[in-house]
Amino acid sequence: MNSTLLEVSGLSVSFDGFRAINNLSVQFPETGMRAIIGPNGAGKTTFMDIVTGKTRPDEGHVIWGERSISLLGMSESEIAMQGIGRKFQKPTVFETQTVRQNLAMALKNPRSPFAVLMHRRTAANGTRIDKIAGEIGLSDSLMRVAGELSHGQKQWLEIGMLLAQDPRLLLVDEPAAGMTVEEREKTTDILREAAKTCAVVVVEHDMEFVRRLDCRVTVLHEGSVLAEGSLDHVTADQAVIDVYLGRSNA
Amino acid sequence: MRRSFIAQNPSVLWFLAALGLFTLVITVLSEFTGAGVIPTSFVKTLGKTLCLCLIAIAMDVVWGYCGILSLGHFAFFGIGGYAVGMWLMYARTETIVLESLSTQVIPPTPQEISDAIGNQIFGVVGSSEFPLIWAFADSLLLQLLMVVLVPGLLALVFGWLAFRSRVTGVYLSILTQAMTLALSLYLFQNDSGLRGNNGLSGLQNIPGFETTPQSAVSIVFFWASAAALAAGYVFFAWVVSGKMGSVVQGIRDNEARVRFLGYHVESYKLFIFTVTAIVSGIAGALYYPQAGIINPGEIAPIASIYLAVWVAIGGRGRLYGAVIGAAFVSLLSSWFTGGGAPPINLGFYTVQWTDWWLVLLGLSFVAVTLFFPRGIGGLFDYLVKKP
Ligand SMILES: Nc1ncnc2c1ncn2[C@@H]1O[C@H](COP(=O)(O)OP(=O)(O)OP(=O)(O)O)[C@@H](O)[C@H]1O
Ligand SMILES: [Mg+2]
Repeated sequence: MNSTLLEVSGLSVSFDGFRAINNLSVQFPETGMRAIIGPNGAGKTTFMDIVTGKTRPDEGHVIWGERSISLLGMSESEIAMQGIGRKFQKPTVFETQTVRQNLAMALKNPRSPFAVLMHRRTAANGTRIDKIAGEIGLSDSLMRVAGELSHGQKQWLEIGMLLAQDPRLLLVDEPAAGMTVEEREKTTDILREAAKTCAVVVVEHDMEFVRRLDCRVTVLHEGSVLAEGSLDHVTADQAVIDVYLGRSNA
Repeated sequence: MRRSFIAQNPSVLWFLAALGLFTLVITVLSEFTGAGVIPTSFVKTLGKTLCLCLIAIAMDVVWGYCGILSLGHFAFFGIGGYAVGMWLMYARTETIVLESLSTQVIPPTPQEISDAIGNQIFGVVGSSEFPLIWAFADSLLLQLLMVVLVPGLLALVFGWLAFRSRVTGVYLSILTQAMTLALSLYLFQNDSGLRGNNGLSGLQNIPGFETTPQSAVSIVFFWASAAALAAGYVFFAWVVSGKMGSVVQGIRDNEARVRFLGYHVESYKLFIFTVTAIVSGIAGALYYPQAGIINPGEIAPIASIYLAVWVAIGGRGRLYGAVIGAAFVSLLSSWFTGGGAPPINLGFYTVQWTDWWLVLLGLSFVAVTLFFPRGIGGLFDYLVKKP
């Protein structure tokens, strides 16, 4: 019932001889949440870089959608237009512009310079922005400059910008970093809501946060999958325990 | 849509009002209307300044809004000047040649006329042949088209190559410097077809208006420059407002984010780079008939660097800042270097401003960058209270 949206197979990439991604294969279904965990340097961000076109892999395939097209060789903007939204590890919103402008820019609309130059505000777009602002709890801040927002609000705004693209896949890199407990709960709610209609992949270090996401977990280590399954399943896995206990005492 | 554009950008109205008032006052005080308080030469200086303001707002859009520190926009300005200068020089020489040949008993053949014009124009570089690039010089319309087309195409090709390879930051600035340097070195050659270092001259004489006094010619060019600045200002204010402005400023602040939102960043940069190049060409085409002469030195790399300095001092990221910067610094510059500023006698040393003006300008630039990053235009932020 839930066919594969993104399939990555045999992926490898090296930086100056160092294999950041090593024969990685993983699949994501059309909807639902997936958490990716793994120690620092496991290759989580690099994986997202490859899927979104920022980094070219040395080997492997990235196959997308029901028509099974390859994302390799597409530019970042083409991949984004396929419906892949990405949140960076460090919150990146346009700080000099208002929350509304940030969301309006992300809204799914024609993206060519001419279309943008001739763009006019429409009621439909306005409604869409209001709805997303409501979902991310920034309804009262639409006219505020994004640079004035708190760290947590910036993270939400960035997630809101992804939602505005009407994505089919959300790649979310460490959304809870630097958030208070309440902010984390709210972030969980936003992501779980999104996962009802599209695929959401969350990279996170914080185990409590992952537990609250209540989803399938993929453990990455040295650029390949170490274990996959429910959180309880993977945390009981001896290899995972060794990696986590062996590297740090977390 | 018009209403909301003006409502969103009240500074456009203020700017247009100020420019209109300025134009009116200068016209009334000029020699043309009889008051004669302002000499014709100064009307020309002011008209030229308006053209510099126009290229400055183009620079502000490409640098202040889009984040591309182009240090080559004066090349486009110069090309615009050369394009219009070719027609001015050709048409005027043609008139003179025809006049002198009309006394001959046997009517001259078209070839003789053409040779005589070529001799007049290219004699200084030891040639009388018309180079290929002069093919349209006899047509004002086609040369005016060149004012737009040549800078536009050059910017399009240069920008496409540079942006496609994702050249950014200081590397792009160096590349634009190389472009303007290459162009100026090429034009310095005698066989460039544009009279080498002699450049084009006599551009203040408008063919067909030989009997019109310069006081009238100067005021007409002054008006045309003011109109071009007004139109350019409204156009760019429209471009950088609304969604295009959002995307362009997004590219300046975080190019990667814009890309991952699905925008093809290179197309946007190319659009902004090309449009600003075209406007720079138009500004140059209005400038050089007022200056009277254009030579390759005008496109030297330093000119484009000054342009960036004007915009920085005026305050980048706001169009009126660029206008203020260009007007203020360029007028001050001609005052200092033209001997307007009295030398300061320190007893042991006399400060001659022709020598020291550049030092003063450099220091002001450093001071503005360090202490007033918002430039002179930033002062307006104190006047306008936040709602
Ligand atoms: N562009 C690059 N050039 C060189 N090395 C890189 C590059 N990108 C990533 N790496 C290296 O690849 C490895 C994997 O990095 P990556 O950022 O994917 O890890 P991560 O799992 O996201 O870690 P973290 O939890 O710290 O964010 C690291 O050792 C990193 O130093
Ligand atoms: Mg990472």
